[in-house]
Formats: sequence, structure tokens, C-alpha cells
Amino acid sequence: MSLRNIGIVYRKELTEALRDRRTMISSILIPLFLFPVLTVGIGYAFVEVADQASREPSKIIILGGADSPDVVQRLKQAKNLRVLPALPGYVDLISNKRIRSAVELPPGFQADVESGAHPEVKIYIFSGDLKSTLSASRIEKLLIEYRDATVRERLLAHNIPESLMRPFAVSQQNVVSADRVAGESYGGLITYLVILMCMTGAMYPAMDLTAGEKERGTMETILSSPIERTHLVFGKFFVVLTASLATATLSVLSMAGSFAVLSRFGRGQGIGEDFPILTMHAQTALAVFVMALPVAVLFSAVLMTISLFAKTFKEAQSYLTPMTFLVIVPAIAAVLPGIELTTKLALVPILNVSLLCKELVTGTYHWNFIVLIFACTCVYAGFALFLAVKMFQRESVLFST
Amino acid sequence: MIEVRNLSKHFRDKKRGEIRAVDDISFRCMPGQIYGLLGANGAGKTTTLRMLATIFEPTSGTAVICGHDVVDHPDKVRANVGFLSTATALYPRLTARELVQYFGRLNGLPDSMLKQRVEKIFDRLDMNGFRDRRCDKLSTGMKQKTSIARTLVHDPAVMIFDEPTLGLDIMTARTITAFIRECRDLGKTVIFSTHIMSEVEKLCDIIGIIQNGKLLAEGSIEQLRATYGERDLEEIFVKVVAPHYVPAEDH
Repeated sequence: MSLRNIGIVYRKELTEALRDRRTMISSILIPLFLFPVLTVGIGYAFVEVADQASREPSKIIILGGADSPDVVQRLKQAKNLRVLPALPGYVDLISNKRIRSAVELPPGFQADVESGAHPEVKIYIFSGDLKSTLSASRIEKLLIEYRDATVRERLLAHNIPESLMRPFAVSQQNVVSADRVAGESYGGLITYLVILMCMTGAMYPAMDLTAGEKERGTMETILSSPIERTHLVFGKFFVVLTASLATATLSVLSMAGSFAVLSRFGRGQGIGEDFPILTMHAQTALAVFVMALPVAVLFSAVLMTISLFAKTFKEAQSYLTPMTFLVIVPAIAAVLPGIELTTKLALVPILNVSLLCKELVTGTYHWNFIVLIFACTCVYAGFALFLAVKMFQRESVLFST
Repeated sequence: MIEVRNLSKHFRDKKRGEIRAVDDISFRCMPGQIYGLLGANGAGKTTTLRMLATIFEPTSGTAVICGHDVVDHPDKVRANVGFLSTATALYPRLTARELVQYFGRLNGLPDSMLKQRVEKIFDRLDMNGFRDRRCDKLSTGMKQKTSIARTLVHDPAVMIFDEPTLGLDIMTARTITAFIRECRDLGKTVIFSTHIMSEVEKLCDIIGIIQNGKLLAEGSIEQLRATYGERDLEEIFVKVVAPHYVPAEDH
């Protein structure tokens, strides 16, 4: 194995890749700018919508209630509700979003409450509509306050302490650090991003350095030089790997920056106080990077091998597009809640690293899984690389004879 | 020197079965000679030359180039060969100088020697005006000169040209034929394939007529004229090839 020759091919291929606009866009510009635009842009829009909804009084109507003036009065006085005069066809009004919800007070509601008959109030909403559910929760809160006040008055009338109704309290207390909370919230997303970007970054150079070389007619030129085909494959492979890792690293950095901006923005607006800030320690980042390394090797070698079968760049694209789905499905599966690492899942390529990285980001280190997954991903990657070298030695593949 | 011994190359095709692209051919070319491989499209010229350049591995037989066997020591063979064809394109995103330097490095030239050689070749081929221009911005003539510089950078003893003038205008083609002649004058062993009779008549010391992968006739132009009783090379070619001619697909 001549490192000198591999180095010569690597430098040349890297020079060409850096001069190629399409490679620069797919490997550098997209990861750097796509995520800030997606996270900050969408996040900003979401915060704006939520903010606007929280400030805007909900338009509602009251169905019935003529014999329940106290409740109606409370609803009308609420600052976050705007009670419109009763209109016919409340279902259409809610469906068309002309009102957000309708509250139905049964006949004799107030009298029934006073007599202890346990009447039921219904709130009609548009499920899934943010503003409708918000208006329902506002009405519900107001009615619960009314109910609690009624209970308090009754207890007071009989000289019974209020604590009799609530003999004990229940509360939740977070026991893990803010970092781990953030890791649990974003761990899956980061992992998904790293895996996807490892592939996206490798895809274009893999096609360009194999099918592209055939299409441009330079394959015969390079094969007539004294360089061994193994060295040629390794030189090209390292360029694809470089692009893969560069894209993944830039994506994570850009995403971390985007989240930091987004969380600061959210707090500045006084919204999203529970928004956990994404912080990744150097040790965790290094661990994720180390685990992503064999995945990037696997992608680089597999994508190069498949592309080599194509005669043109377009043909290579049509071969590699289904690969995207093969990668996205296990990567998304790892993001889903409830799926956790087991010995069997640790052997499934991509899914194993996705699940492991998700744990690493939350600060959990299961060393047995780390060793097993790193080892088996290295084996898969090694096999893929071996296959790439073998394919480069087959005339039928290189010349499509 | 090039010595071809019973060289064969077979391909397997799903529809047509086994194709004998090159079928048991033998010939020899000495230093300071130009050997012209003359044949129609699909006759087996390109496959023969690709085997000599070790891009293809022979199915049987072998060839010895500068004392190295193409099967046993392909890397040593390539180090002694300059291969030029219309299929050997240039890297579009490299400059002419970077491209020539790249192939010099792949041929193991140390940096100091490489610099001198590149300067010398660029001067000789009058390439200094576009040395730092990217290959995708070069004219056809400039590209051909860059290709020539690429094949010359390691000063190979053997030059292989596969239809080097195909599709070129007359002026660019003349640059190539002049270069081939110059290689012979420098004592290099030259083999080139073509189907253009005038090029063969002007350049070749020995002519081999190939059809359906078989070498049907071989000799100097005078020998062929005497053997086939024709003055015109085209007539000789038709006389040799016609009894065996089956239109073939190019491999």
C-alpha cells in the first residue's frame, strides 16, 4: 500500500471537488444555511403564531345560559375571551373558524349547581386547531375557578377546612440536569441529522468520482497511468469520506448555533420558558463523531460502489435515490420514542448508531453497546470498502462491457 | 519493444454469447518503428491497444513491453507506456499544468525533476500561453497538446495511440501526426490504430490489418502492395478484409 500514491490521488480529487460548484453547494452551503433557515425560520414563525394566539382574545359564543347570569357574566368579563352574540349553526362557525369554540350551559345550570345536581357544561371545539384548543382551555380554566369557588363557599358555610377536599398534594420534580433534558429532547434529532448528513455529504462526490469520471471520459486516462487501482480507490474514497464528515460536522455546528439563537430569541420574547437550551459538551461531541466515523466510511464505500455501476451521473442518481429511503427509515425509527437499544438492534446498521448516539447525547454511556456497535459498523464499513476495491478491478463494471 | 504473443480477449454478452473481440493475434514492433493497426469499426483495434496499455486483462496469451509482461507486471508496463486516445479525456477542473504534474507524480517523478520536465514539454509544445487555464476552458487543439504533454511527462519508451485523430480538424490532426513521427525519430516504439488510410501510408513502417479480432495481413506498405498486387492501400485493405467482413458492434 503506497500512502504517497493515495495522497496524490486524494489531493487531486479534493482540488477538483473544491472547484466544483455542485459539490460546494451540497457539502458546504446546504448544511451551513439549511438548518439555520429551517430551525430559526420555522421556530420564529411558530413563536410568532403562538405569541399572537396567546395575546388575542378567543371569540366564543355561549349556548343557553339565560338562567345562569353569574357564569355568563364571568365569561363575558374574562379578558382573554370575547363573547359574541349567540348565532345559529355553531358547528359551521367553528369549522369556518369564525368563532374558536362554543360553550353550552344546560338549562337551569346555575340553579342545579346550587342544589348540587351535578350538571355538565360542554365546550365545542375544532380539535387540532391551536386557537380553538387554546380558547377551550381558557373557558375550562375559568369554569374550574368557578367550580372551586363554589366548593370553597360551601365548605366555608359548614365550617369545614378546604384541605378536607385535598388530603394530599401531588407534584413532579425533575431530577436530571438541564443538559440531559435538552439531550433527551434533541438527541434523536441530532443523531438523525448526523446520519443523514453523512450520507448527503458523501452522495455527490461519490457519483462525481465514479460515474462522473466515466461520463467525462477520464476513467481510461487514469487507468492508463501506473497507479494501482487499489490506491486509486482509496484516494477517491478518502475524498468522499472527507466530504461526508465535513457535511455532518458543519450541519451539527450550524444546528447547535441555530438552536442557541432560537432559544435566546424565545426567552427574549418571554415565550417558551420551558424551552431547553441545546448544549453539547466536547466529550459528547467527540463520542458522536467517533461513532459517526464508521457510518461515514460505510456510506462512502457503498455509495461509491453503487455509483460505479452507472455510466452517467444521472444514472447514478437514479441508483442512489432509493438508498436515501434505506437510510432515512432506520434513522427516523431511532428518533421515535420508546425504541431503545437491545443486542439485536445493535447489529442493525444505521439504526444501531442512531440509537447509540441518541443515548450519548443524553450523557448515557453503555460501554458494551458502544464497543459492539463500533465493531460491527467497522466490519460493515470494511466489507463495503473491500467491495468497492473489487468493483474497481472489474472491467465489466469500469467499462460496462 | 512490443512483442504480442497469441493475445486474445473474449467478452460475454447476454444476447450474443461469447464475443471474441481479439482472437489469437501476434506481432512485434521495434524501437524507432511505427506499427499501424488498421481495421474497420469493431475490428478489435481498441481492445488490443487497451490490453497493451493494461487497461484490459487478456483472456489468453500475453504481450511483453520493454521486457515486462502485461499480465504479470501491469504497473511496470504502464510506467513505460504513454497511452493516448480520443477516449482519454482531461480533467476539466484542473489546469493544463496541474494535470500534467498529476500524471508526472503518478509516474513517480520527484518534484525537482517533474518541474524541469513540465517546463521543457510546455516550451516544446508551445503551451505556456494556456498552462494555468482550466482544461474545460481549452480549445480542442490546446486539449490535444495537453493530452500529448500528459503522455510524454514520464518520457515513456513506448507510445500507444488509439485513433488519436478521430473527430479532429485537419490542423489539430496534423499536430498529432507530427508528434507521432517525432516519437519515432526519438527512438520510441510506437503503435497506433486508425481506419484512415492516408495516415497509415504517411506514418507507418509496418501495417497490421485486423478484422473480427484476427490479424489478417501484416507487412510494410511495399510488402503489402507486392503481396496483394494493388497500389492503393484502400484497395489492399478491401481485398484483405472483404472475405471476412461481418459488420461488428464496437466494444
